[in-house]
Amino acid sequence: MSEVKYSKEHEWIKLEGDVATIGITKHATEMLGDIVFAELPEKGSNVEKDGTAGVVESTKAASDVYTPVSGEVVDTNQEIVDDPSKINQDPENSAWFFKLKIKDKSEMDSLMNKDDYDKFAKENNT
Amino acid sequence: METKKTSLYQLHQDCNAKFVEFAGYQMPIRYSEGIVEEHKFTRNHSGIFDVSHMGQLFIYGGDELIKDLEKIFPLDLKNLKLNHSKYSFLMDKDAGIQDDLIITKIDEGFLIILNAACKDNDFKILKELLKEQYKMVLDENRSLIAIQGPKSSQILNEIVDGVKDLNFMSGNWFLFDNQKVYITRSGYTGEDGFEISILNNYADKLTRELINKGSKLAGLGARDTLRLEAGLCLYGHDLDKDKTPVEANLKWAISKERISKGDFIGSDIIIKQLNDGVTKIRVGIKPEGRIIAREKTKIFNQSDVHIGEITSGTFGPSVNGPVAMGYVENEFSKKNTKVFLEVRGKKYAANICSLPFYKKSYVKGVN
Repeated sequence: MSEVKYSKEHEWIKLEGDVATIGITKHATEMLGDIVFAELPEKGSNVEKDGTAGVVESTKAASDVYTPVSGEVVDTNQEIVDDPSKINQDPENSAWFFKLKIKDKSEMDSLMNKDDYDKFAKENNT
Repeated sequence: METKKTSLYQLHQDCNAKFVEFAGYQMPIRYSEGIVEEHKFTRNHSGIFDVSHMGQLFIYGGDELIKDLEKIFPLDLKNLKLNHSKYSFLMDKDAGIQDDLIITKIDEGFLIILNAACKDNDFKILKELLKEQYKMVLDENRSLIAIQGPKSSQILNEIVDGVKDLNFMSGNWFLFDNQKVYITRSGYTGEDGFEISILNNYADKLTRELINKGSKLAGLGARDTLRLEAGLCLYGHDLDKDKTPVEANLKWAISKERISKGDFIGSDIIIKQLNDGVTKIRVGIKPEGRIIAREKTKIFNQSDVHIGEITSGTFGPSVNGPVAMGYVENEFSKKNTKVFLEVRGKKYAANICSLPFYKKSYVKGVN
């Protein structure tokens, strides 16, 4: 069984074994509007929990994408770089951003479950 | 100070607008379909923009007023025909741009459309320059609605008969609901379109009728991507007090007849720059690939020397790629010059290009 968790920076993370798939939430895409540019971390690089691991841009502004856990980047989704509008279409599924081989599963503990995140997103609707 | 709302505020809400504060007003940045859809719908059909935050300055007077305004604006106003419009700027004595504007000759004098963020200051400056000799009204009772895009003429003409016969950069009084509305064929998108000056109480009704006829509301977000693709300047970004019309590559808007006389505010600097050239100039910049270079992005030449800065940059939905404008040192302003843009610490290749990014389809005027 894999479990999806959520960060306060509006990323989702799905853990399968020691590989985590990370993307941005539907709520995040609704706040951003049309996404027209995406930049992903380099395969093989290491990213640290809460550090920057990518960028998304709408026509109006650029926003950093953070990683909710630490690890080595083992895969990135080139499809969303080639066609960033896919992020708006299917943010929590096919438009994932990157996969990490994670070091410390306990970093997942502080993240929110779906109900908590939905509540958090509603309260932080900026 | 409390933020102001335009007469269309309720309509914006009804259409699920996302609001931003802009120049002291609550303005719609986008509606539910989003900036890209609103942009494309305007290019392909017709988009409606609430630009009621902009200043509508009426100055009343005759020949004396024309003479006095020619001391301020670099325009041949004595030969400006009734109901014809010109793009111009309010400059300081060093030719720095304090605002850019559209001035239209009307029966009783002139109507000047000013940027929202500048209008109160412009009013003060003009009042002083004109020594309070003329009646001036910065009209808060009128809304300004722009309708832009290839279907706009047909749509607006169904509601206001006769507008389809207007030429580009000219206007006239028409009737809507037995109220006088002043409509000019002009805009800020690179498309054919109109700007409608209408009493606040009638703005909502007019706009809802335009929507019923097939036009759609578009927000300030789409207005920005449309104008940037069209190569048009945004005051406070591409234009400001530290830039002159010659540096902004807007010398086409300065009357040659007036330059020969040189008796307007800033004319010394303008004439000097036209004769000697300028050190920096506004250009179009097309990044290679998908990278978006936004305002304040530094521009470098091929030897890694800092040569300028981006003043506007976004993703152009009709161009389907990033577009930008900025100022570079004159020697690097030639079309196809390769430059580099520093985005998030990395340098990306781009090329100087001619403007607009997206070809205009204005209706031809008689000017």
